[in-house]
Amino acid sequence: MNSIASTENQALSRTVLELDVNNHAGVMSHVVGLFSRRAYNVEGILVMPVGSGVTSRIWLLVNEDERLDQMVKQIEKLEDVLAVRRHGAEHEVFVRLEEFFR
Amino acid sequence: MPKAAVYFEEIPLSQQTPETLTGAQIVVRLLERQGIRTLTGIPGGAILPIYDALSKSALLHHVLARHEQGGGFMAQGMARATGLPAVCMASSGPGATNLLTAIADAKLDSIPLVAITGQVPKPMIGTDAFQEVDTYGLSIPITKHNFLVGSADELLSIIPRAFCIAASGRPGPVLIDIPKDVQNQLVEVDEWPEPGRADRVPAPAAELIEAAAAMINAAARPILYLGGGVVHSGASGAAVALAEKARLPTVMTLMALGAMPVDHPLSLGMLGMHGARCTNLALDECDLLIAVGARFDDRATGKVAGFCPQAKIIHIDIDPSELDKIKTAHIGIAGDVGAALAMLLPAIETPARASWLARVTTLKAEHPLRMPGIDDPRTPYGLIRAVADCLDDQATITTDVGQHQMWVAQAYPLRRSRQWLTSGGLGTMGFGMPAAIGAALAEPQRTVVCFTGDGSILMNIQELVTAAEEDVNVKIVLMNNASLGLVFQQQTLFYGERIYASRFKGMPDFVRVAEGFGVPAIDLDRESDPPAALARALSSSGPMLIHASIAMHEQVLPMVPPGAANKEMIGG
Repeated sequence: MNSIASTENQALSRTVLELDVNNHAGVMSHVVGLFSRRAYNVEGILVMPVGSGVTSRIWLLVNEDERLDQMVKQIEKLEDVLAVRRHGAEHEVFVRLEEFFR
Repeated sequence: MPKAAVYFEEIPLSQQTPETLTGAQIVVRLLERQGIRTLTGIPGGAILPIYDALSKSALLHHVLARHEQGGGFMAQGMARATGLPAVCMASSGPGATNLLTAIADAKLDSIPLVAITGQVPKPMIGTDAFQEVDTYGLSIPITKHNFLVGSADELLSIIPRAFCIAASGRPGPVLIDIPKDVQNQLVEVDEWPEPGRADRVPAPAAELIEAAAAMINAAARPILYLGGGVVHSGASGAAVALAEKARLPTVMTLMALGAMPVDHPLSLGMLGMHGARCTNLALDECDLLIAVGARFDDRATGKVAGFCPQAKIIHIDIDPSELDKIKTAHIGIAGDVGAALAMLLPAIETPARASWLARVTTLKAEHPLRMPGIDDPRTPYGLIRAVADCLDDQATITTDVGQHQMWVAQAYPLRRSRQWLTSGGLGTMGFGMPAAIGAALAEPQRTVVCFTGDGSILMNIQELVTAAEEDVNVKIVLMNNASLGLVFQQQTLFYGERIYASRFKGMPDFVRVAEGFGVPAIDLDRESDPPAALARALSSSGPMLIHASIAMHEQVLPMVPPGAANKEMIGG
């Protein structure tokens, strides 16, 4: 995992999802449940409240997979999910966190 | 039939606000304002405040189920018969877990259901309190949405929102878990919220409709494929109109049966695992498949790669996540199927399509659904036909799950949308009888017939006493083959006839069982003139069990082996 080459290799096949969600107990369960029931591993999760704390933002790092389009559609159906945006693996949110995982 | 829309005028507006009410009283008042008149459930410690408030309601009729799953399926029967959200209740812990199967069933068949469960008081949540279970967590994957209510004033937004979510877009079940202290909490209510109604769905994209019309007009061998969404949308008339204008041979999923009358000249009946040979063979030859409110379920498609291998696909569905889920559509249209069909219809030409219609006619003649014994009421098909001969299209038909379900799906002349209530996606044995009770409660003017088997009926047999108590007009036709018939059939066909755990050794005397529960019963085996006995039984009022033995070796045919392509049918 630590070698630059393997990180780059994986980065090619990863996607970052950015979700705006209502901030209350249970929202994370709804989101990650969609992945776990499909045996689709979430590689990274980052959540913080936004602004007044009424909403939160969830960042998910996932492997690219043929099921990803379906996953995004399923996430969009959740009542507590307000918006979903897809980013490439080059998005810096998880990259900047890497120093905490050494 | 009582409908929610007419109900508002009946509310005594003299009730002055602000009022100080408990959470439980708010729940009851909001259900009344929502237009709910009948609900089902079983009380228990953690939901007693709500039951105490219910006891003072002059508008709500509570039907006491004998198992929460039975209560859940009764509510489903009401929702399936009317299309409106229905309510079931349970206490915490085992009450809630018993309800889960009925909720999961509603999720898979997109049935609008609002389940209200009691929960231990908030300070005790997470302490493994008596009858505490994580109802919220358990219900996440089997509900469209769920709520754990944190305070009584939240009920004023959550309950209307629950009905809105259950009814909007693709319908589904919503669970509201209410801790006991929230039920007892007093709050001042200044203003009552509007009842929850289905949100409007954005109109389908006009350019996609136009492209779809062009594709239909240009197709040589098109087939229209109707799913349960047509029923939910109330679009069966529009679907038949499209079929007639564009001259489309039409297949239906299990959930769509009744959307097009089965004896309509364009109808090819049910597709898939137990569809007629002509139906699956026609699909194999089609060059355009127009899927409307259908989700390419594996029981309908068989091996997906072998399903309509030459066809382009137009897929119309209210749930965008269904588009491209199983089969990539050439044109995928998100929207209400009724709205989409209404937009599509004016752009449709009426081609001759002579050679394709002639080909379908030939397939129907050469490979029809074979129904051996149709004239003998002591065979499965014959019994179903004899029951149908006693009834008109106003009757509602429910089934349990298994061989009897497939025989009825194949052989009963369904001609009306919402005439047919069956557990499709989850395939839950035990669905049929409580669902029939619910349908009869919602539409007491109809005769409701539940076809069941000796395996299925035992899974919710306790609701016979509910049927007797409510005196519902439910006729249970019990097709008894002394086995788990579809398991027996699969072991016979695919497991080298190693029959194991599917043949019952002990057999209850179902006539005496029914009578013991207070439901009159007849045994067709002992009747010298079964059609006459059936006619008498079906024209009586109130609940009745009709027992009929059938042979254990009878099979549902044709059958596509699980995992095979639909054209690889066995038998029939």
